[in-house]
Amino acid sequence: MSTATETEGQAKDLQELESVVIRFCGDSGDGMQLAGTQFTNVSAAFGNDVSTLPDFPAEIRAPAGSLAGVSGFQLCFSSSDIYTPGDEVDTLVAMNPAALKTNVKDLKRGGTLIVNDDAFDKSNLQKAHYDDNPLDVGDSLAGYHLHRVPMTRLTRDAVEGLGLSQREADRCKNFFALGLVYWLYDRDPKPTEEWIQTKFSKHPSIAEANLRALKAGQNYGDATESFAVHYKVAPADLPPGMYRKITGNEAVAFGLVTAAKLAKQELFYGGYPITPASDILHELSKLKHFGVRTFQAEDEIAAITSVIGAAFGGALAVTASSGPGIALKGEGIGLAVMTELPLVIVNVQRGGPSTGLPTKTEQSDLFLSYFGRNGDCPLPLLAAQSPGDCFEMAQEAMRIAVEHMTPVFLLTDGYIANGAEPWPIPNLADLKPIQVTHPTEPNGNGDGYLPYLRDERLVRPWAVPGTPGLEHRLGGIEKSDGTGNVDYDPQNHQHMVETRQRKIDLIADDIPEQEVFGPDQGELLVVSWGGPFGAVRTAVDHCLKEGKSVAHCHLRYINPFPRNLGDLLGRYRKVLVPELNMGQLRMILRGKYLVDAVGYNKIQGKPFLVSEVVARIKKMLGPT
Amino acid sequence: MPDAMSTSDVELPVLTPKDFASDQEIRWCPRCGDYSILAQMKKILPTLGIPREKIVFISGIGCSSRFPYYMNTYGFHTIHGRAPAVATGLKVARPDLQVWVVTGDGDGLSIGGNHLMHAIRRNVDLKIIMFNNQIYGLTKGQYSPTSPLGKRTKSSPYGSLDYPLSPLSVAIGSDATFVARSVDVDIKHLTMVLERAAAHKGTAFVEVYQDCNVFNSGAFEFASKKNEKVNNCIYLEDGKPLVFGANLDKGVRLNGKGEAEVVSLNGVKQDDLLFHNEAAKEPAHAFKLARMRWPEMPEAMGVFRCIQKKSYDQEVDEQVEETIAKYGEGDLEALFNSGDTWEVT
Repeated sequence: MSTATETEGQAKDLQELESVVIRFCGDSGDGMQLAGTQFTNVSAAFGNDVSTLPDFPAEIRAPAGSLAGVSGFQLCFSSSDIYTPGDEVDTLVAMNPAALKTNVKDLKRGGTLIVNDDAFDKSNLQKAHYDDNPLDVGDSLAGYHLHRVPMTRLTRDAVEGLGLSQREADRCKNFFALGLVYWLYDRDPKPTEEWIQTKFSKHPSIAEANLRALKAGQNYGDATESFAVHYKVAPADLPPGMYRKITGNEAVAFGLVTAAKLAKQELFYGGYPITPASDILHELSKLKHFGVRTFQAEDEIAAITSVIGAAFGGALAVTASSGPGIALKGEGIGLAVMTELPLVIVNVQRGGPSTGLPTKTEQSDLFLSYFGRNGDCPLPLLAAQSPGDCFEMAQEAMRIAVEHMTPVFLLTDGYIANGAEPWPIPNLADLKPIQVTHPTEPNGNGDGYLPYLRDERLVRPWAVPGTPGLEHRLGGIEKSDGTGNVDYDPQNHQHMVETRQRKIDLIADDIPEQEVFGPDQGELLVVSWGGPFGAVRTAVDHCLKEGKSVAHCHLRYINPFPRNLGDLLGRYRKVLVPELNMGQLRMILRGKYLVDAVGYNKIQGKPFLVSEVVARIKKMLGPT
Repeated sequence: MPDAMSTSDVELPVLTPKDFASDQEIRWCPRCGDYSILAQMKKILPTLGIPREKIVFISGIGCSSRFPYYMNTYGFHTIHGRAPAVATGLKVARPDLQVWVVTGDGDGLSIGGNHLMHAIRRNVDLKIIMFNNQIYGLTKGQYSPTSPLGKRTKSSPYGSLDYPLSPLSVAIGSDATFVARSVDVDIKHLTMVLERAAAHKGTAFVEVYQDCNVFNSGAFEFASKKNEKVNNCIYLEDGKPLVFGANLDKGVRLNGKGEAEVVSLNGVKQDDLLFHNEAAKEPAHAFKLARMRWPEMPEAMGVFRCIQKKSYDQEVDEQVEETIAKYGEGDLEALFNSGDTWEVT
């Protein structure tokens, strides 16, 4: 991965690396998410490609020092294009014994291990279930470059004289750790220094303390014998333009606001707080000046039904939630299907069933989204593949909703919702327009309005209250096609159920055909959807470079599937479907196309590693 | 957006109750109390000065919830218990509309109790009419959250063990800004109450005693029977003492323990009675009236509480306007370029 190069004017060796994976871990009160985010920002601003994986406990503050309370933030920064936050960690920063214990297994052999030596006291060792201090006893850490740094003491020394309490002083040690890692990877700390100045502008002594801690960390790396070498990672060769860092949840919010602007309509968002979807509500509630109306509902049911009411009124209506919340919304979504009102439901998937793993990622709500309603109740399903892709898919979901008069599911997951990547800031002129029409004239014989009179795509008109002469009633009872009147007739019901299905099927004419990465026929096709995109794409790319006959088909449209998908699946001898569930997409593919798809299923609350997928592909291809 | 209650400069066509009737066959049981409520509603709507297309009826599930199908306005027959939430979304998105919610005791207080409470405490500008028949009618006769203790029904053959809820207590407990009660067949009184509700800005909650003549016939005879109702009900008038009886010879006063009690006006002066005050700042007065239950006490009819408070939808609207005034109309390019950005050359 590296070639050592001497750089002039440096006291210590500066080696160049292509990409590096760092993980900060510590107690959930240690500020690890902050340290990770700052490192990400600094690296992104420098021009590296970046991918992040925050990993935090469901408890806001589990008992200090406990294994359950460990919070981590992993990031990969690179001079080349990357799709994942990395399999193995090059540098692990562990702020206490519990963090070391839960994370060291991911550190690669020969990797750099930086620990806060001061935190390895008897009490913390006990809480982490260590009988002896692993830094002193045994050879469990023998394979790593261990750096024992007395961070607590050094931070206290650095901030001395600022009048901080010991507790306040100790809270600065994440910046000490960050400063040390900045030195190690030759980062420019300026963006972080500016961030500290702004963040603590009302508390100058805290700002000064954090700045001193950051500087002390850098100086420590430079001055001590412990670190003989430091590294640099050159900027990546990204397409030119303006960039920012974006998480999936931010991108969903941006995409929705953009959709509303493109459609020249107001956005209504009804939501109930739930991990990991709440950030969408947070982002949108800041954007009132875009005419966004956010409504924090009393429960998930009120969230979806308020959105239905807003859609009836003509707003671009959205709700977002995760597993348990989506389950509660089921009846409401059925009403939206029955009344053929446009709205978007964002499902930020997390580990289930029940409360499950609230802060961990999974893809196990595909069935819930696809089928989780009473009756034959079809609706379109889209899935974003990366944080940045959430921007485009949110617009796409809204476009399909309003142009086809249907609720639409947009599936993301905890991994892409909280993960971040550099995002090329789009040019507004390049975005696909969204067409919204509200009729103002009667469409029936004479002066009648027929709310269920369909066009050639089986789409009904969207007349909104306030329009004279188009007064009509909607409802959840089966209705007569055309008039929308209550109708219990058996033949009518069959006709309506089939019509609702056909309407969704016809959307296939309005979405792009499926593309594959790699050869257009061959031995193995790997089919994925959602968050695993990055790991699968990297794995397939790796295998292709080794000359394997493998291709990657990543689905962003799951219902309806792209029209050419069946044909495409038939062009490979074998089909592998890696999913973070027990095989939900696989079952749908098998059911629709009678294809003998094989699953690769990981249900650990964690994304796929590239190496896992590579190994599975090779196993499937057999010896060559 | 313009307020639903303001009239535009354009002259409005004069509408009649007939203009509010839809072409749908009404499928309530013959002699159901719902017919009268429907008739009074059609009667008051033309008097409000609001164009028909600006009026929306939203309901949940139950006999009462068929109501929107019989009105020639915009309407939405939603799902069980959720009408207040659907209506909230509509009203927040479209503050220019006048939004009515039609619900029942099961729909509004059982499966949808949570939404009712929250719509009321937010003071969303909705007119919520609860048809209380103390029974589940559409599912053919199970006890409801307002059925009296011991009520024998299909699902309580040995008598209901549930202590009933008082709809008005719930509404007042949720800080409702407008609370009223009437009776389905008391045409003049019901008309007055519906008009008052329509004129209120904020959540107006109206309980209507409604006779389910199939599954719970005569539950409200005490309040509907000619000659008898005057002895069992007090017809509230703002600023007036609480007097009742055919000869207005009985009154309600607070005794030394602060409890309401019935007194004969022979010997007790009117000035010593409890005086009604719709606009009382604290809801305690309205709550006390809501707790008076027949046969122990006369039941109050009319407007219990009517206070002014900004409605939620208005607040949302104003917040949007204020934010635009402060930051300017949202600019996507500025949004995308906010925070840390960098240029790749």
